[in-house]
Amino acid sequence: MRISVTVNGVAQERDVDPRTLLVHFLREELDLTGTKIGCDTSQCGACTVHLDGKALKSCTLLAAQADGANVTTIEGLAVDGEHHPMQTAFWENHGLQCGYCTPGMIMATTAFVEDNPGASEEAIRHNLEGNICRCTGYHNIVKAVKQVADAAAGGD
Amino acid sequence: MWPNKFDYQRAESIDQALELIGDEGKFLAGGHSLLPVMKLRLSAPEQLVDIGRIDSLRGISANGGLSIGATTTHAEIAASGDVQSMCAALASACGQVGDQAVRNFGTIGGNIAHADPASDPPTVLVACGATINIQGADGARSVAAQDFFADLFETDLEDGELITGISLPNCSDCQCAYVKFPHPASRYAIVGVAVCLKMDGDTCAQADVAVGGATVKAVKCAGAEAALAGSTLDDTALNAAADMVKADIEEWLAGDVAYPEAYRQQMAGVYLKRAVKAAAG
Repeated sequence: MRISVTVNGVAQERDVDPRTLLVHFLREELDLTGTKIGCDTSQCGACTVHLDGKALKSCTLLAAQADGANVTTIEGLAVDGEHHPMQTAFWENHGLQCGYCTPGMIMATTAFVEDNPGASEEAIRHNLEGNICRCTGYHNIVKAVKQVADAAAGGD
Repeated sequence: MWPNKFDYQRAESIDQALELIGDEGKFLAGGHSLLPVMKLRLSAPEQLVDIGRIDSLRGISANGGLSIGATTTHAEIAASGDVQSMCAALASACGQVGDQAVRNFGTIGGNIAHADPASDPPTVLVACGATINIQGADGARSVAAQDFFADLFETDLEDGELITGISLPNCSDCQCAYVKFPHPASRYAIVGVAVCLKMDGDTCAQADVAVGGATVKAVKCAGAEAALAGSTLDDTALNAAADMVKADIEEWLAGDVAYPEAYRQQMAGVYLKRAVKAAAG
């Protein structure tokens, strides 16, 4: 079937097998391999992208369901070569170890901070329940998210 | 993981969805229950009819009671002021499903059609007297939530029938709560207890209780309800209700190697007391 999805601001039209998952569409059709496949069972969050502004586990949606939608992946977060503040914060706080979970972590937490500026550390930790870092590097991830959440609430 | 091959069709209306669905077809809304089981090849429908864009199936309206469309997401229900004020336990339960990304796209209709015994919303729907609204080729019908959930992953839904929504009585004059013992990894309910209390001063005039997680389906608990009704919810009544709830769920118990039936049964009593205390505030 033919679908049209706007990915990182660019309209992409393709013929796909109906059973194509959105994550396969992004990685294999569009070569956007920043989005990772981890558990492939909607638990680990490595495949998190934004669909119409909401965090989504892209292993759990058919590409057909995204027909006509706007999708943002980790490749689409930077604007004019400038990192998104969350990317900068992960860099500054070393919010990663092996880096495999990082794209999903950043996509999940950017959506979270947008809805929850000024979020507490407790709320940030709770919200990370859908994203697993198997290096267990959560502490610096939380620091990075807190930095952006504080800034979003009108801090520096 | 790729699911088996299937035909995909998108319906623009309820009538069209009912026309399109075939004998081996399934309705697809958020897909957050259906796609995982299809990827694991536990389910292999030959046809998916996507109902995710039918506007009349989505949304929450408060008009005396609550009316929630089948494709309303868990996140929308959890964040709804109407649901929070008219059935706080349901807002709480929907806010505990999966994680934020799952709640953004998983729908209440898909959740109850899937009928996972360890899921949170069914337990509240049974306790709070919800009605499930269903439409089929032969017309519409409604069934009480406690009759809708039949057994492990089994519901009253017939082939080709579509859940259109859920109706809930206004619980704003009740005190309701949902409390669960989450699995430490998956966060599914090992035990989930929903309680809805009508208080007359310090006395509990009426209690509605349901248990999930420990059981193959959400179970209404008449014995525990009788033990709470007419009491002041003191320790004697709570202990009696905890004993009764264990008997109420005896027939429906489920367990696994980590959390066997007897353990879950015991914890159902513990969590019943916690749920009553949370509801009574």
